[in-house]
Amino acid sequence: MATLLQRLRQMRVGRVKSESQMIQMHGADLSRQILPVPIDIAPNDPIVAYFLSAPGAVEIDKLHLESPALQALKTTGVKIAVPLVSQGELVGLLNLGPRLSEQDYSTDDRGLLNTLATQSAPAVRVAQLVRDQQVQARANERIQHELRVAQLIQKTLLPKDLPALPGWHVNAYYQAARQVGGDFYDFIYFDDDRLGLVIGDVTDKGVPAALLMATTRSVLRAVAQRVVAPGQVLERVNEILQPDIPPKMFVTCLYALLDPSSGLLQYANAGHDLPYHRHRTGEVTELRATGMPLGLMPGMSYEEKETVVAPGECILFHSDGIVEAHDAHREMFGFPRLMRLVGEHEDGDTLKEFILDDLAAFTGPDWEQEDDITMVTLQRTKGYGVTEVASRSTSRANEANSDNGNDWRTLAEFTLPSEPGNERQAMERVATAVRTLNLPTKRLEQLKTAVAEATMNAMEHGNHYQPEKPVSIQVLASQKALSVHVKDHGVTRTLPAHPDIEAPDLEAKLAELQTPRGWGLFLIKNMVDEMRISNDTSHHTVELIMYLEGEGHASEKT
Amino acid sequence: MPAKRLEAHVRQQPRVAIVDLEGEIDSFAEDALNAAYAKAESQNANVILLNFSKVDYINSTGIALIVGLLARARKSKRHLLACGLSDHYVEIFQITRLVDFMNVFPDETSALAEGSKMT
Repeated sequence: MATLLQRLRQMRVGRVKSESQMIQMHGADLSRQILPVPIDIAPNDPIVAYFLSAPGAVEIDKLHLESPALQALKTTGVKIAVPLVSQGELVGLLNLGPRLSEQDYSTDDRGLLNTLATQSAPAVRVAQLVRDQQVQARANERIQHELRVAQLIQKTLLPKDLPALPGWHVNAYYQAARQVGGDFYDFIYFDDDRLGLVIGDVTDKGVPAALLMATTRSVLRAVAQRVVAPGQVLERVNEILQPDIPPKMFVTCLYALLDPSSGLLQYANAGHDLPYHRHRTGEVTELRATGMPLGLMPGMSYEEKETVVAPGECILFHSDGIVEAHDAHREMFGFPRLMRLVGEHEDGDTLKEFILDDLAAFTGPDWEQEDDITMVTLQRTKGYGVTEVASRSTSRANEANSDNGNDWRTLAEFTLPSEPGNERQAMERVATAVRTLNLPTKRLEQLKTAVAEATMNAMEHGNHYQPEKPVSIQVLASQKALSVHVKDHGVTRTLPAHPDIEAPDLEAKLAELQTPRGWGLFLIKNMVDEMRISNDTSHHTVELIMYLEGEGHASEKT
Repeated sequence: MPAKRLEAHVRQQPRVAIVDLEGEIDSFAEDALNAAYAKAESQNANVILLNFSKVDYINSTGIALIVGLLARARKSKRHLLACGLSDHYVEIFQITRLVDFMNVFPDETSALAEGSKMT
């Protein structure tokens, strides 16, 4: 007798799927075996209800039902099917073909089969559960492994160190959700002391998100070294990433570029949550710049904005893990609450702890973190770390002057918004700063005029009188000389390092053949002993030098 | 620092119109300076004296405004004089060569003495 134990298993899709397993008995005539063909029994197949209600072995040939499964049983040669029922559920069938003797199954046979079915059904059920559990365990192990890989990628690529910027405190916090979202942040360092800050979030979770995060980070790092303007950086990154990002995946990303000396923060945003700027007054504003997430569409452009972070002010960059956290009543934490917290807490260094405490109070103790939480805070110290700046300036000034051993010290450092008339403030503040040098009146007046003219140039030609673009002024002194650096944020003009400044043609101006203007650089040149101009990709610096001894100094005494 | 916007008033003296300037000569001064100069011109004065004794700041834009007045004066064949400049601004008038085209006097008295002789 050939016996086929046909096992049924409830699949997730709701169908009863059968798998066949042949148990071959000793002496079986293989030519008369029923075929071990898997039979699919749909949950709504009437034969299921029939088997559940049948008292025992069922003669298949005598059954007449509109049932695909019954048809399949007949086709495979099953004569007797004994339902295996455990806890009211059909867990399998004991299927038998025709007896080898070609006689019908006797009453004793049926009794034996029924007893066998009653005893084997729970065993089959247990076997099914064990097997399901093994499948589940393997799936879980795969998921756990994937999570470990994702965490490893994330952990490897997030910055190991925080930027050490004189006059600034930068802090970061990252806490992965159990399923590891695609949050990331990064710091990019430039030779001219500027700092690039990146915060982003990849849709999706796990390994795919981590891989896309890694790619985005690498591309952004590479592009930022070649392109300066944040809007153009994101534009270029999008062009590179977009063709390779799988459909339905994208990256939100904010890229900001900080000039630590002036506090100027230029930024562009590819659909990421808006950072908050806490002003000295306690007012909180959003850093808003529009742009589509990376990877959605080609040919995107990104609005570029800028702000100035004044001493004592703070910026919070964050990801949606905070604002989209829910409390026990499914209420969302939300942007207004986060914005309020930023306004309430003056100290940027401890802002993230303040927010996390509030978040913990909001979500309650049993909260399972839903998404990654990322925060980066950028705090400009109130005192602007004068000592640190002085030491940095020293090395710069030494380099600029090729005057090793000259003991430069910073007398003042400040910024002014580019507004008409502010050159008066510049000249007065520089005059105050150099008071200890006891410059002769004539020299002081010359210095003031040179500072005023250089500041006007910076405000007008460099910054186009955009008040949010500051002019940075630094006053340095050594035993031998006084040096005033006036720096703007003009990116469109390049000035020669040692401009050949000719005297304006006054006759032509008086004859109205030329504009009466154009005296600024000429005046500066005649007011100080030396004027130097340096350009980088986004600044122009005019350096005014007055010698305190020697030839230059002697000339003023005449 | 509160900016001292330029105030300009015209005083008519025999043969000379005096423009008393007070405050700063920068881009904000353009209207006041030109209006005062026009008023002085309208008094048919052949000599116009700019009195800088109460001016504490002149920047390159201010220099350009003065160049503009000087061009205007030359066109209408008037004499433009200056007085009351601080040592520093006298130096600037020298560097810019404005002194080559306008007589600069230390004070109003010496300017009037010389100006009244001009025709």
